[in-house]
Amino acid sequence: MSPRLRLPGLRRPSEPAGPEPAEFEAAAAAPAPLEPKGAAPALPAPERAALTTPGPEVPEPEVPEPEVPEPAAPSTEAMEPSGPDAPAPLTAEQSVAAPAEASVDTVSEEPGSVTVAEGVACLAAYPRAVLSWVGEDGYPMNVDVEIEVRAAESIVRFAEPPGFRIAPGTTVAITASHVRPLAAGGFDERRHVTVWGQVSPRPRGRYAVTPSRVWAWGEDDLPLAASYGRRLGQARRYFESLSVGRSVTIRPRLSARLALFRASHAPFLRATFVPLLLGLAVAIRAGVVDLVTALIMLALAGAVHLGLNVAGGLFDLLHVSGDGDARQSSARSTTVAGAVGDALAQVARIPPLALGCYLAAGLLGLALLGLRGSPEATAVAVLGVALTIAYGTPPFKLGDRGLGEVSAATGFGPVLLLGTYAVQSRGAFSAEALLLSIPIGLLAGITVYVGAIPNRVADARAGRMTLPVRWSKAIAILGFDLALAAAFVILVLGVAAGLLPIPVLLALAAVPLAMRVRSDLNHHYDTPSALTAALAANARLHMNVGLLLIAGYLVAIADQIFLMRAPFLR
Amino acid sequence: MPALPYPVARLIDAALVGELTVVGSDGRPIVYPIVPLLWGDRIFMTSSVLDSAKIAHIKANPRVSFSVTNTDAIGTHTGKVTVQCDARVAEDDLDTGWEKLLPNWKRKDPNTLALIKERLAYPLIFERVLIELTPRRTWFWPDGRTDQAPQTTVAAEVAR
Repeated sequence: MSPRLRLPGLRRPSEPAGPEPAEFEAAAAAPAPLEPKGAAPALPAPERAALTTPGPEVPEPEVPEPEVPEPAAPSTEAMEPSGPDAPAPLTAEQSVAAPAEASVDTVSEEPGSVTVAEGVACLAAYPRAVLSWVGEDGYPMNVDVEIEVRAAESIVRFAEPPGFRIAPGTTVAITASHVRPLAAGGFDERRHVTVWGQVSPRPRGRYAVTPSRVWAWGEDDLPLAASYGRRLGQARRYFESLSVGRSVTIRPRLSARLALFRASHAPFLRATFVPLLLGLAVAIRAGVVDLVTALIMLALAGAVHLGLNVAGGLFDLLHVSGDGDARQSSARSTTVAGAVGDALAQVARIPPLALGCYLAAGLLGLALLGLRGSPEATAVAVLGVALTIAYGTPPFKLGDRGLGEVSAATGFGPVLLLGTYAVQSRGAFSAEALLLSIPIGLLAGITVYVGAIPNRVADARAGRMTLPVRWSKAIAILGFDLALAAAFVILVLGVAAGLLPIPVLLALAAVPLAMRVRSDLNHHYDTPSALTAALAANARLHMNVGLLLIAGYLVAIADQIFLMRAPFLR
Repeated sequence: MPALPYPVARLIDAALVGELTVVGSDGRPIVYPIVPLLWGDRIFMTSSVLDSAKIAHIKANPRVSFSVTNTDAIGTHTGKVTVQCDARVAEDDLDTGWEKLLPNWKRKDPNTLALIKERLAYPLIFERVLIELTPRRTWFWPDGRTDQAPQTTVAAEVAR
């Protein structure tokens, strides 16, 4: 039965129905002008004259199947036939969970890990929900209704909304959603749940639904950024479908160069170059630097970093799309995968790029060994290569075992800094290099550590046991405090002991930024959407400390070379 | 020709989010929480290609409904509304076609600007399809009491 139409009209003498311009101007209560400015967005030539009464008498439109090409491999992301997006009918034990989208679209449809029971339990938290069904005229209808959820029995009850008739057996969707408006505008805490089922009549005009499928998402469980990478399949199929329809290949406006730039995480090269430059600075102060090998080291480090990120992204991408089971993917991995996957058509270029990077790194490494080889430098290099491989590559995947932070701290601290110094010094180590490598390594580890905090729920579901997954908030914050304090205290103690030059204390200028990160973490630990600023500040913290340390060393080097005041700055 | 009663238009313009319901290929209603962007008498939305399932559903069956029911998302306004609409999608300019809606979008969600600044990081999010909803029929509960019969109007009646 379709909803009853043409009930008493909305127009009332005191309230003209149409949005007359004068009313818009007088509508002081309206939050913003309703009148559009400028031309409306361009759409295909419309049939806007069709604003005449379209009632049930409107002819049924043809409803062809969406022109969605079959995926290359079986995938639960397939668009048809059962929805929202899964190819096969879902049983009561299966479900569809939706990660969020950008600000406008708050949901998408992707396979997930929410069972029907979990979805019903989630729905029980809401007193009201939107009841949706498709009327006989082919239009869907939404009505807000009060719901009674009996989670133990997996039953949702509601009263038939006045003015509407819902035929027994009609398939309905019951959707509850939540946002929290923010004082500064916008909203967060986006979450929603939809259950589907057929209605059964109950006495006194009530209905009951036993849900057979569910679709749920909450940004607290799966942050927005992490959800992007999960829907590459939809984007790929969309472009494929559009291309087929127009007989021309349509791709996102993402150049191959940009795609590869993103896939390689090139902006994060700073994590590599900061310790490397600091190692060279220590070598310069020690008088053991060699320009040729220094340049080779810079190229080598860049190649290893690019190869690692490209290959890591590829592994994650294959992991996500290979079996199509997004529950096996996590927020962090899909973020990486997203970087690679955004390249879409350029994906085929990824393996050669990764291999090329590793090949270049191998050749440069051999050149270094030939020029300044030593057992010590070789040992450090082997450790570095082992870490890069084990960090994200199956079966090691150190990042999934709570060792990602330690691996990052080791690799982007002692390995790179000490390794650089060892090459320059033909195998010698120094206490100064070792001491300096610890704080910069700690900050690299903190970057990984903090980055995993907003993703901990999704990581836990995916079995990625990062430290924030393993630890409570109190312990996680304590861990952050200890690591951060250690980084700065070591610098101070190093200077006090005469092992580090005085100008490295410039790095203490980053303490206020560190405190801000700490404060944001503490206040927004359980609100992933609010942690975005903390993540960005944390990334800047690592970079700022690194740059301040480099600046300190430049001062010390200048003093040593030009001013001959080494005793003071020492 | 206006198609939305003024109180309804005002409510939709104020709403941070609403519910867009499309019909899946198996005939089920599929509900998407989404931000409505009012433009005159039409309701616009945008959808990233990353979330293009709804686009396929609309292209297959343009009959949709849009509702505003979340009282947390309408500020000081009151009321609930459901609008049955005919939907169309514009895919000609995925890269910039949606940008005309940006002023309205950022008014409802200023965080959008921050996201746009990160466009390089998330390029596919800003490959967006425009969705235009042309209202046909409206059910309005002025005080939000959906346990009472709604006020109903058909688009053509509004202009009389």
